[in-house]
Amino acid sequence: MDCKTLLEKILKLAKNRQAKRRDIWRKIKGDIILVLCLTGIIITLASLAAILFDALQEGLPWLDIQFLTSFASRRPEQAGIFVAFFGSIWVVALTAFISFPLGVGAALYLEEYAPQNHLTSFIRLNISNLAGVPSIVYGILGLALFVDALSFGRSVLSGALTLSLLILPVIIIVSQEAIRSVPRADREGAYALGATRWQVTRDIVVPQAFPGMLTGAILALSRAIGEAAPMIAIAALVYIPFTPSGPLDRFTVLPIQIFNWVNQPQSEFRGLAAAGILVLLAVLLSINSLAIFIRNRYQKRGR
Amino acid sequence: MDKKSTLKNITIITIIVIVVVYFYFNPGTQHGEIIEIDGSSTVYPITQAVAEEFQKIYPEVYPVVGVSGTAGGFKRFTTGDTDINDASRSIKDSEIQASANNGIEYLEFEIALDGLAVVVNVDNTWLDYLSGEELKKIWEPESSINKWNDIRPEWPDKPIRLYGPGTDSGTFDYFTEVIVGESGESRPDYTASEDDNVLIQGIAGDKNSLGYFGYAYYAENSEILKIVPINAGSGPVTPSDQTINSGEYTPLSRPLFIYVNRASLERIEVENFVRFYMKNAEQLVSEVGYTPLPTYIYEQNILALNPEP
Amino acid sequence: MAGENIKNIAIKRKKRRIGEWIIEKLLFGTAVISVFTTLAILGVLLFEAVGFFGEVSIIDFFTGTQWTPLFKDQQFGILPLIGGTLLVTAIAIGVAIPIGLGSAVFLSEYAPNRIRKTIKPILEILAGIPTVVYGYFALTFVSPILQTIFPELIVFNALSAGLVMGIMIIPMVASLSEDAMMAVPQSFRDGAYALGARKHEVSLGIVIPSALSGIIASFVLAISRAVGETMIVSIAAGSTPRLTLNPLESIQTMTGYISQISLGEVPFGSLEYKTIFSVGLTLFLMTLVINIIGQWIAKRFWRRY
Repeated sequence: MDCKTLLEKILKLAKNRQAKRRDIWRKIKGDIILVLCLTGIIITLASLAAILFDALQEGLPWLDIQFLTSFASRRPEQAGIFVAFFGSIWVVALTAFISFPLGVGAALYLEEYAPQNHLTSFIRLNISNLAGVPSIVYGILGLALFVDALSFGRSVLSGALTLSLLILPVIIIVSQEAIRSVPRADREGAYALGATRWQVTRDIVVPQAFPGMLTGAILALSRAIGEAAPMIAIAALVYIPFTPSGPLDRFTVLPIQIFNWVNQPQSEFRGLAAAGILVLLAVLLSINSLAIFIRNRYQKRGR
Repeated sequence: MDKKSTLKNITIITIIVIVVVYFYFNPGTQHGEIIEIDGSSTVYPITQAVAEEFQKIYPEVYPVVGVSGTAGGFKRFTTGDTDINDASRSIKDSEIQASANNGIEYLEFEIALDGLAVVVNVDNTWLDYLSGEELKKIWEPESSINKWNDIRPEWPDKPIRLYGPGTDSGTFDYFTEVIVGESGESRPDYTASEDDNVLIQGIAGDKNSLGYFGYAYYAENSEILKIVPINAGSGPVTPSDQTINSGEYTPLSRPLFIYVNRASLERIEVENFVRFYMKNAEQLVSEVGYTPLPTYIYEQNILALNPEP
Repeated sequence: MAGENIKNIAIKRKKRRIGEWIIEKLLFGTAVISVFTTLAILGVLLFEAVGFFGEVSIIDFFTGTQWTPLFKDQQFGILPLIGGTLLVTAIAIGVAIPIGLGSAVFLSEYAPNRIRKTIKPILEILAGIPTVVYGYFALTFVSPILQTIFPELIVFNALSAGLVMGIMIIPMVASLSEDAMMAVPQSFRDGAYALGARKHEVSLGIVIPSALSGIIASFVLAISRAVGETMIVSIAAGSTPRLTLNPLESIQTMTGYISQISLGEVPFGSLEYKTIFSVGLTLFLMTLVINIIGQWIAKRFWRRY
């Protein structure tokens, strides 16, 4: 072997080793990044576990029939969430009845009927902005508009209307997505057969988009159940010894009661608050399961 | 339309389930009479306790107790919106005027005493008492007191950490009014909290702390706090049920009131409620942590209920 | 007879057209509600805020560093409240963005399908937990733990609230970023792999830049949510307006202040009461600006596949 080829061989060897070292370094970087991302997930899951564990540990001892059927009380052993629970049910049911038709209607209009003009883009922009408004601002609005101006007072109706306004943008946006997922071909086939716009909407679009709309509405309602800030503005922290029997009655809801108990001096109330949280989580879990159940059922049938 | 009928079915079933569940738990909450009560957050625990016990005897009457604050409560009371107003101070002239304008006549009932406790950390060995003057110097708006030896030179050269109620509480208003001179006059750089529990935890964990809050909360936690006797001119007085009751502990004790709309008293349930209130206040007030008045005051209140000609 | 039939058909058609028109107007009405809502919000806030600014100069309001509306010496400088909001938001974002993004990368690029399917619903559960629960968690769990690390920590502080708020926001960032990353066509990745890239190089160098609009949209949404969050800060951050960068101290956010006053003993109609609306207006405008920026970014970087 002569000098030149020897030199070439040595250089090649050096480059190879460099490349191998770079390669190893790349592998190490990759592993580090994987570990970091994994850590992210683990921290997230650990937080959820911590929250649930804390709530269960503090709350489970307080969770019994007496807790579920009693009024609020200054004595921790006698206090219960009966009133708050039914208040929540009333408000959420009414909110659902109000917000679902309005939200779906708006979404249908925007997707099926609206012309592409400035007014429509303005409405769309509006909706996205409203989705980002803090819930307490809706509380202020509800207080000024429904409680005072329209004189509905601190009633279930005012609460439901306020919550409806709060979740309306979310319902609209989710319903829009559901409506968009209905294939154009289905509509056009119907139009070709002479159907009117409403007939197409009612008989083609809505049935297909319905599961998506429903899931979105139910998730929006879950949010509504857990909202404390606007409800405190509307219903106020108040001792109420009865459950509503009409939409114009006073009320209180689970998050308010929990908030109330967290702020009490006696330490037993922490346990009560945790028990209230467990009830709230149970309600949320059932509503979400309902959403998943409906979603699965419709997906099995339709497609 | 398969989907349409499924949808109908689901809706119907859901409605039926909801209706059934509701009526199972709420057989006729055709509520009877509501007694509308609002006002001070300080008096609230007392009124709520009364309402609770009252309901056990008269289940068809519903006392509803709100917490809009003494002033907010009066605003409603003077327009006839509420039957009873909880107040942590007596009615102001402007409020008297307002009720006169609206034709609202009322009765005033003193129902309890509320003491304010000044506390420091259990490991605070140097403090024996504080005079009203010293308290004022500590808490006034432009206070120059930052360390313990700024108050008395023989005290430690350590920074004072202050704790107190939030600015929108009656306790804050009262303390600033009687100690500093005018309601709302206070230095802003202290740890504020509506939750007296938090103040307690803060003071208990900080050797150089000093704070004030309702006596009731101190009483519940006396093992982990050190109470500060107050010298208002006649020697240091430690707050206790007796000294508050007798008026010896001054100026940090104040009377609590309820104001009742005369017209509302014509309703039998409201009269029953107020009567029940006075009969049971002595016991309930102590239970909730406040200081009861001498028994004769409650008896006087009951006598005042008898219809005037 | 034929004439009658034709008349009937014509009537039916006319009825249908009128019906269609009615329905269209009805649906339009529902869509317009959103505009009314915005107008109502602005109306309510401006109405009282204007009254407020009649007595307090706007310049003092936006540049003052003392917020003491309920003390004898009333100062109306909103900077401490804005500072409190920003401090807590910064901590929350500092937690949520790295963890959220990392989780998203893991779920979309590394995790096998089965793991994805189990973890995604768990993330949704985390997103659905009411903020009251988070507030309670911050006060009873996080603060005590932090106190062992920082002994001089007061129970109410910006750090606990910020950390827990960050945890609350993680699912938002993770979910949306993950959706954005999943939408990147596999062909992009395959091309890079074919050129010999390693997994993390593909994730960081190809997928994230392509999904950037969705990822940034999730950041903006997270920021907006953090700024507007009320319950966690009401329960855990304190009610002491203070302009500070020290997260171990008690502060008060704009939202915390609004809820404190709404619950409190402030006389209706007074100047102090009107502060709710001036602070509310500031808050509303702030989130509006954040949302508009977010939408602009989304439009600018949006790519359809």
